[in-house]
Formats: sequence, structure tokens, C-alpha cells
Amino acid sequence: MLANFDFDVIRRALPYLFYEGMTFTLTLTALAALGGLVFGTALALMRLSGLKTLGRIAGIYVDFMRSLPLVLVIFWFYFLVPYIGQWLTGASRPISVGAFASSLITFIMFEAAYFSEIMRAGIQSISRGQPAAASALGLTYAQTMRYVVLPQAFRNMLPVLITQTIVLFQDTSLVYVLSITDFLGAASKVAQRDGRLVEMYLFAAVVYFTISCIASFGVRRLQSRIAIIR
Amino acid sequence: MIEISHVNKWYSPTFQVLTDCTTSVTKGEVVVVCGPSGSGKSTLIKCVNALEPFQSGDISVDGTKVNDPKTNLPKLRSRVGMVFQHFELFPHLKIIDNLCLAQEKVLGRAHDKSVAKGMQLLERVGLKEQAQKFPAQLSGGQQQRVAIARALAMDPIVMLFDEPTSALDPEMVSEVLDVMVDLAREGMTMMVVTHEMGFARKVANRVIFMDRGEIVEDAPKDDFFGKPRSDRAQKFLSKILSH
Repeated sequence: MLANFDFDVIRRALPYLFYEGMTFTLTLTALAALGGLVFGTALALMRLSGLKTLGRIAGIYVDFMRSLPLVLVIFWFYFLVPYIGQWLTGASRPISVGAFASSLITFIMFEAAYFSEIMRAGIQSISRGQPAAASALGLTYAQTMRYVVLPQAFRNMLPVLITQTIVLFQDTSLVYVLSITDFLGAASKVAQRDGRLVEMYLFAAVVYFTISCIASFGVRRLQSRIAIIR
Repeated sequence: MIEISHVNKWYSPTFQVLTDCTTSVTKGEVVVVCGPSGSGKSTLIKCVNALEPFQSGDISVDGTKVNDPKTNLPKLRSRVGMVFQHFELFPHLKIIDNLCLAQEKVLGRAHDKSVAKGMQLLERVGLKEQAQKFPAQLSGGQQQRVAIARALAMDPIVMLFDEPTSALDPEMVSEVLDVMVDLAREGMTMMVVTHEMGFARKVANRVIFMDRGEIVEDAPKDDFFGKPRSDRAQKFLSKILSH
């Protein structure tokens, strides 16, 4: 069976796959994870703020995002954002939003829902005495969060956050619905062009597997290094 | 310095934790608050720097009303040192950074000045060598001494102690009490919730005895240990002094 394999197809496609495809995938993953973490932390703080309205808004948002399939959100968002932009700015025609910007916003909003639940658990894992001690020293609520609670919550949750980012890394392949050339998209294009579906998809699988595996391994190493000594 | 008048606090409409508590702590005074567990003494001391809200009555610290919504609470708290039962050092920061954080972020002190102040206080509590360690690398007694140093770094006008030795192993109690005794003798105004009657005897000016959310007895130290007026205080004393 292997005799029919044309590994040279892969070799020839490598620059395209990695320079174009993988660069896009990694950029999207990194930016979406960062944005999702910031937005997600904000959502978590809203839910834990004790202000009912604010907490409910965040809660509804999180539940809403988590009950929709990601592909659908990506797809819808791509078509909706131009019109939302038009509505917001009062322009006469739909705002043109590139596929990258659209997918980035989608992933940030979608991942924020998941990151917020992780950060919420992280914040709740910190004993109530910690914010009390910070307040007693005169730190404001914002300072208490910034210097005492969030750094601890983030470190406690880092393994879970990275695991979620690995899932995000795999999920970015769903941008194929927007015909974006991410890593899988690039592999798929070469596969269609050269009629080498088996080789290309197999290679793509190996690459995703390898990167995710190394990252998971890295999480375990990191965990022991960054963990707060208790 | 601290004026507490007619403070009432309910956790729910049917559960009252503080009932009409009235007392005061004057400048330079050391007041020990004791009483059986669940009597509301920790809650009362946490009301003083507004870590716990209360529904009626007034508390003022150095003339500033704690329960006034217009009061800048962070500013008030920065002048009131507090030491907790479970130390509450920040585990992600080194000892010296625990002492510097609030100095820099709240008082706006320069980093080198904060460090100098922090080191001076660590030396005072005998822990200068531990400055670069993390809290979990220290024993309970050492952690509590760091917590006292952390509170002192803010140059507080009054210190609140909420059962500072209750979470310690017996052999570490005295090292913490020694620091507190020194502090009291230097003239620090202190309100101390504790069961350490030896400490009360040594340095307290007054002893407050609480039971079921009420201040049952508020008397000069010698009167309290000599002849407590209430039955409840007598019973309590006989229980904790019998061995």
C-alpha cells in the first residue's frame, strides 16, 4: 500500500504548508488565546462581582456561546459582522471585514466563554482570606485583583488554560468554512490540486498530533516550574 | 482612636451576630477581646476596618466614620494594620515582596525605600534571612511574624489582631506573642482577639468579654482577672484557666 505513496508531494508543499498555513494557524491561535483570556477574565470578574445584572449578562453570554457549534458561529459571524459594523457606524453599506479579522473576533468571543469558566474556577479556588488581607492593607478592589487574586488564579489554572489552548489550536482548522488558508486549508488545497488526498491529510494529522503532543508534554513540565510553592 | 457604638449585625433576619456592641480603644491602649467561639469577637474586630459590614450603629477610627459610604475605605484601611488567624501572606510573592506590595501600590513609596523599610521590619521580627523565600517555606510562627511586619510596614495608627496564635503549633505561639508584647510596650494602640490570657495579663489595659454577640464585660485587666462580674465570664475563665 505504501508503495503508491508519493512523499515527494509533501516535501514540495512544505514551504507553502508551513510559511503560509502554519503561520496563520499559530497566529490565530496565539491572538485568540490572548484575547479570549483577557475577555474571559473580564467575564469571570463580572460573574463574581456580586452585581446581579452584570453577573447575569456574563452568565447568559457564556451559556449562549457554549450551546452553539463553533463552525456555525464562525460561519454566521463572517456574514453578520459586516452588517453589525454598518449598523454600529451608521455607514451606508456593509463594512468589509477580512476573513482573518472575522475569524479572530469569532474565536476570541467563543474562547472567552470557555476561558471565563476556567478563570472563574481559578478565582474561586483562592481562599477568601487573600482578598481580605489585600483590602486590609488598603489595596483597592482593582489592585487586589491585579496583584493578589488574578496572578494566583492564573498560575493555579495555567495547565487547564494551556490545555484549552491546545483544543483551540485544533479548532482553528474550522476556518476552512471561510476558505482561509490555515495549515489544514493549505494541506487540503495541495491535496485537491495534486490529487494526493491520503498523503496530505495523513501528513496534516501527523503535524497536528505532534504539536499537540509536545504542547501537552510541555504543560506538565511547566506545571512543576510555575506552580506556587505551598 | 476606635469608637464602637451600638453596633448591630445580622447575617439573616433571624440570626443576629452582634447585639448593641459599644466600646472604645484610646490611643496607646491595648484591649484584649475574648470569649467562647461563635461569640462574635472576630466579626466585631472585622467591622472595625469594614471587612464585615454591619446594619446599624457607628464605628469610627481616628475620627473617620467607617460605615459612612463617603469614606475612602482603602485609605482608612491602609492606616489600620490587621493580622489574621491564617496569616494570609500572598503565596505567589517572596517575603520581601509581601512587605513591599502595599507600600508601593497604596502609599506610593519608591521601591528601594519600601525594601529598606521591609528589611528593617524583618530584622525586627528576626526574619531578615528569610526575605528571599516564599511564604510556604516558612513555619507558621515565622509566617505570622512576617504578617505582623507586613502590617507595620504601612505605619499603622492602630493594629488589629484576629486570633493571631490560634492556628499555630503550641511551640510557635510564644515567638509571635513576644513580638506583640514588644509592640504593646512601645505604645502601639492594639485591639487583640485572643484566648492567650497570659498575654492579656502581661500587656492589656482592658479586657472585653463577649458572649452570643454581646459585650458582657468591659473592664480594666485587674478587675477582669480579679473578680469578673458576670457568671458567663467567670465560667469562661474557669474553663480556660483550669489547666
